[in-house]
Amino acid sequence: MRVTDVIIVVAAALLVGVYVSWRAGRIDRLHRRVDMARAALDAALLRRSSVAFELASSAILDPATSVLLATGVHQVRGEERPRDLAESDLTRALRAAFSQPDFRPSLSGKDGADELLAEVEAAAHQVFLARKFYNDAVSATRIARRRPLARVLRLAGKAGLPDYFEMDDSLVE
Amino acid sequence: MKIGIVCPYSWDVPGGVQSHIRDLAEALIEIGHEVSVISPADDDPPAKPRGGPAGVPAAKAAGLPPYVVPAGRAVPVPYNGSVARLSFGFLSASRVRRWIRDGEFDLLHVHEPAAPSLSLLACWVATGPIVATVHTATPRSRTMLAAATALRTALEKINASIAVSEAARTTLVEHIGGDAVLIPNGVATRRFRKADPLPGWPGEGGAIGFLGRMDESRKGLSVLLRAFEILGAQRPGLRLLVAGPGDADDVLHRVPAGLRDRVILLGPIHDDDKAAVLHSVDVFCSPNTGGESFGIVTAEAMAAGAPIVASDIDAFRDVLRGGEAGELFSTGDPAALAAAAARLLDDPARRAALSSAALNAVAAYDWSVVAREVLSVYETVILGRDRGKVTA
Repeated sequence: MRVTDVIIVVAAALLVGVYVSWRAGRIDRLHRRVDMARAALDAALLRRSSVAFELASSAILDPATSVLLATGVHQVRGEERPRDLAESDLTRALRAAFSQPDFRPSLSGKDGADELLAEVEAAAHQVFLARKFYNDAVSATRIARRRPLARVLRLAGKAGLPDYFEMDDSLVE
Repeated sequence: MKIGIVCPYSWDVPGGVQSHIRDLAEALIEIGHEVSVISPADDDPPAKPRGGPAGVPAAKAAGLPPYVVPAGRAVPVPYNGSVARLSFGFLSASRVRRWIRDGEFDLLHVHEPAAPSLSLLACWVATGPIVATVHTATPRSRTMLAAATALRTALEKINASIAVSEAARTTLVEHIGGDAVLIPNGVATRRFRKADPLPGWPGEGGAIGFLGRMDESRKGLSVLLRAFEILGAQRPGLRLLVAGPGDADDVLHRVPAGLRDRVILLGPIHDDDKAAVLHSVDVFCSPNTGGESFGIVTAEAMAAGAPIVASDIDAFRDVLRGGEAGELFSTGDPAALAAAAARLLDDPARRAALSSAALNAVAAYDWSVVAREVLSVYETVILGRDRGKVTA
């Protein structure tokens, strides 16, 4: 083997190395984006259940609606039901409460009602946003990890393949 | 919140993306946030007085607003079928990097991230929460495929995307990948609220106004011209003021010779001169025959408090609250348009009532409302951040 051959082989190996590590860095960055979006989604869901709980215990609602919402919040906080199903149930409970005829007019005027309802709506909207951003990050990550090089060289390391979070998150039907 | 906004196109040249960023930045500042915008711009813009057509006052030669940081000269290059003024290259990248380091932003908001300019560079150099807004529908070309890896690597860092229209959202989904929340453009109502009318307008005999492309049939100018034939014959002093690009001779030939001197064509006008035009007429007309999803021009006329006559398409019905904030006439019918306009021209009290109803209704589309929706995207993204500031 001549010296030039050696140089070419070493250079090629170096280039491949740089490329592979760049690709690995990309996948790592995508995983961090997923983690950040997931943390945001968790925080948004937590905030939604807190304000829903506040509404349930606020004494501005009729007792039946209060119990409906409190049950939803309890399910979300407990372990019995899978997370996505419990969160969807809370959405449906909120939707059922908000879509009662004259729900808003009957409450407005009560102490702090308007603020509280606005807070619940804002929290629900934030869940909608956070879930969209999270699923978007998951899909980008899954596409990057599906590519042959990433699969063969296991560029993602031990990180699990992130899953989409599906739930009913719309306050209006 | 400290927000860094990246504008890809030259600040010195008027354009939709630039106005969007200006209005968003000012609304955010008004709410109480700290905003810095980096944009291609000449550090020392040459004062080019621009004479407006037909007595429209020229807009003031614009110095940069205090929140804009110039990123150096933009280079005119062909992009997307026209010449755009963009900033690219390592020098621009290092300027963006320095701006991010100095700014200590909580979040970056890049606009039109796929355009080969500052926004893409910002995505490339930055680490931290990034929100992107997609404005136009840009079909993916062969050349974009060649650069796909470079593009994807930068765009993958975006934590949340906003689309200003359903068309822009579809483009993002199909050609760049990913999903976006839809937040339509706002209306900068205070820019239209007050303006001096053009000299001599609206005049004794009354005036009707139109703003939009003269040669695009769905803007409906031909419906208005035929209505003006009817109205002009009955009202000797009535004039028609038309602003927008298109072939003037072609338009004048469609008007009977006896009425031609009462149809005044301003040609294309600058954004800053729209308000003056809207304040120069007694009745503003939106005769569109379809194809509008929102009707920004109609909303701007509402913001100017103009009494409006609009065709009865869904977009106008929505924005005019089913006719409460402006008269609706059956779409494409010149006689109905003439009758509605005549009623308004003869009834100053009704005009005043419509004007204040329009001002009231358009408040829901103001930038201050839209900016809060954008803020809730920022807040959602930041909710999950692990580190503090954006770094580069």
